[in-house]
Amino acid sequence: MENEQEYLTFLLNNEEFGIDILCVQEIRVWSSVTELPNKPEYIKGVINLRGVIIPIIDLRQRFGIPPLEYDEQTVTIILKNPSAEKQMVVGIVVDAVSEVYKFNQTSIRKAPEFGSQIDTCFLKGLASVEEKLVILLETQTLLNQEDLYSFNQTEPVEESHV
Amino acid sequence: MSIDLSQFIPSFLEESFEGLELMESSLLNLEQGDDETINSIFRAAHSIKGGAGTFGFDNVTEFTHLVETLLDEMRDGRREIVQGDVEILLESVDCMRLLIESIQNDTDCDDEKIAITSSLLTQTLDGSVSTPVLDDATDNYSSTVKQNNTSITWVIEFIPEHHLVQTGNDPLFLFNALAELGSVEIEANSAELPSLNDMDPEELYLRWKITLVADTTEDDIKEIFEWVEDECELTISQELAGQSSEPESVKSEPELSVTEQNISAQQTEPSPAVSEEIKPAPSEEAVPAKPNKPVSPVASKPVKSKTDVGSIRVGVDKVDNLINLMGELVITQSMLSELGNDFDLSKVERLNTGLEQLLQNTKELQESVMRIRMLPISFAFNRFPRLIHDLSKKTGKQIELVLKGEQTELDKTVMEQIGDPLVHLVRNAVDHGIEPTETRIANGKPEQGVITLDAYHQGGSIVIEINDDGGGINRNAVFEKAVEKGVVEANSSLTDSQVFDLIFEPGFSTAKELSDISGRGVGMDVVKKNIQALGGRIQVESVEGQGSSFKVNLPLTLAILDGQLVRVGTEIYIIPLITIVESLQTQKNLINRVSGDMVLYRLREDNVPVLPIYQLFNLASDTTQVEDSLLVVVEADGQKVGLMVDDLLAQQQVVIKSLNDNYQQVEGISGATILGDGSVAMILDIPGIINIAQNSSRSNQYASANPEEVLP
Repeated sequence: MENEQEYLTFLLNNEEFGIDILCVQEIRVWSSVTELPNKPEYIKGVINLRGVIIPIIDLRQRFGIPPLEYDEQTVTIILKNPSAEKQMVVGIVVDAVSEVYKFNQTSIRKAPEFGSQIDTCFLKGLASVEEKLVILLETQTLLNQEDLYSFNQTEPVEESHV
Repeated sequence: MSIDLSQFIPSFLEESFEGLELMESSLLNLEQGDDETINSIFRAAHSIKGGAGTFGFDNVTEFTHLVETLLDEMRDGRREIVQGDVEILLESVDCMRLLIESIQNDTDCDDEKIAITSSLLTQTLDGSVSTPVLDDATDNYSSTVKQNNTSITWVIEFIPEHHLVQTGNDPLFLFNALAELGSVEIEANSAELPSLNDMDPEELYLRWKITLVADTTEDDIKEIFEWVEDECELTISQELAGQSSEPESVKSEPELSVTEQNISAQQTEPSPAVSEEIKPAPSEEAVPAKPNKPVSPVASKPVKSKTDVGSIRVGVDKVDNLINLMGELVITQSMLSELGNDFDLSKVERLNTGLEQLLQNTKELQESVMRIRMLPISFAFNRFPRLIHDLSKKTGKQIELVLKGEQTELDKTVMEQIGDPLVHLVRNAVDHGIEPTETRIANGKPEQGVITLDAYHQGGSIVIEINDDGGGINRNAVFEKAVEKGVVEANSSLTDSQVFDLIFEPGFSTAKELSDISGRGVGMDVVKKNIQALGGRIQVESVEGQGSSFKVNLPLTLAILDGQLVRVGTEIYIIPLITIVESLQTQKNLINRVSGDMVLYRLREDNVPVLPIYQLFNLASDTTQVEDSLLVVVEADGQKVGLMVDDLLAQQQVVIKSLNDNYQQVEGISGATILGDGSVAMILDIPGIINIAQNSSRSNQYASANPEEVLP
């Protein structure tokens, strides 16, 4: 039992990603943001969440996938790291929220080291549900300012045509 | 002028404990070549030293100076960071804590431990101690004492007068103090004890013979007995070394208590010291009241209390006023809610009055709440006369301190944070600014140097000036030092103010010799950091031979700002009202284009560079032409610029929210706020924007060969 962890999964470019559910504060629909000047494309801006100012990241763009148009269906997942000394809250824009799964720690396989557009530092592992493969994201790095906001400049190809 | 400095001691203590905690945790994480950590440890030590100097806690200053010297060597890379040294430093932190706690509790402290640690520090600084010994030594200093061959066996005969305990002295404390020196063995002689019937329970009939094995001097021992000197017979003699009872003395502490228990087993000892242990006391008499504190400073280490939340002293009238306003607010609220119960159009008039009243109430309430946090700056200034007095004695310079604008009010948080930077600045002014008397006379100046502290309001900020009439900053010395430190290129050409700004670089000091007043170059970077953390700025002006002037600009309060809302494209920005000089519609004939992109707008006698915000921030904007656009002329650091905006909206007070909490600092943005409709708006950082513009125009000139690099 204690080895089981619940993950919220969401869709991004038809792939299913999972994130530790304990880090999910809430799920919101897209609301318009206030832009930050001179910031990378993937930082959409900031919103006011009940008096707290929270940056919004487009996870597609952060991961180097071309972005979608935002509409009423666009979902923002508000993440916060529950334990770390420096609390950090951030919203990520995803295509859609999918399911909540329980995974046993032992059933999580290590992700391949390369062959992925996604920065490997965000990858925790892979888990399979029935026929699908779910990519689990590492919340430690996803909720770390330095990792999240430093974009790998060697892969500008995806970014440039945005 | 007499000022009660003691009122500031609690805040010094609080700060020092914070500093010590920082030092400790940083030391534990210290790694080779970790500059930031060692700098922060060093700064903490430096601040403690500075504060202690102000209040005249010389033992803290002296001790911390040693620690600081060691840290300085590590910081400069002259000394490798080895574990042994770190242990010593940790031990030193403990000692500093002991010293400061002893100030807090107004007790004596374990001088011996401090003496040993400070001698260790000195030895380490001299480089004469090898690391392994250090490890041991710092682990448990008394074990060093034992390993040390210079241990001497002292025999102390202590025959107190019968009334010793009535004067508030307790032999047990003395023995504990001795036990701290080394290993002790105590024998009690109960021969003098009268029979139980004749015995006065408030008298002391015992005498003791103490064997002490320690590396110490007769004076140290005598010091322990200093308070009872006149009330006992004391003989201190030295047994020849070698025959010391080394093996037994290892368990010196248990020995001590065993002996005590032996005595108590006899059930005849009426001394309060022992009756403490064997309550109820054998005699049915009450234990005599002991006027001295029952806590021995060496035996008890007070549990380190958590640094509590800062408190504020508020006049009752201010609180009463608040309650009044609160009452009115409640009345207004109930009136409004009654109105809403069955609202029809006929009541619109009353609704408007109600809302107006609500506005009035909220405003007043806000003002009163803010006023609670305001204190006159004399709280920060009052510590300086003493500081100047001490410093002038120490340096032999004659200095007069002039304080102005002491009644200027300032937010409490700002006040607390600005104290240390001001101390650094004043110390610097004394140490580096004012020349020695002979030089002054030779230069035809009055013998007495003058340092002026002035505070005044300017717009919505407060300005604190620290002026001295000393030698000024030697531009060349600063520049050379900067080149030597690798901060700037030797062939770079800098303006005077740029050169003076170099003194705020970490580790920068042009002083030839170190002193414990200042001169390690730690002060200035801390000063700047602290001031910037408060949202303030510091400027230096200096004329060689005539003196220097440091101007500290601080916001009055950290929470609320008067802002002008402007629109650029779809975004709304807030310009702090205090920075705005005027807003105007541009007139074609006043626009001048100069080389490159630069557009100047002629504003009466001034030529103001125009900065289009849409360009700075890469936004889509309605107006891209300077002609017939709206220009908000703002001023910061003596520099005026015109910000080109699409529209001027309302003026309102905004609550400042930090962007750093969940994100990082953004260039050109000082914070964010939430507008009435719930959306977020950015507050422009005017000096930051001017900076960006200046940098880009400089790189513009630099990169004129390939201009597409700089143009957005």
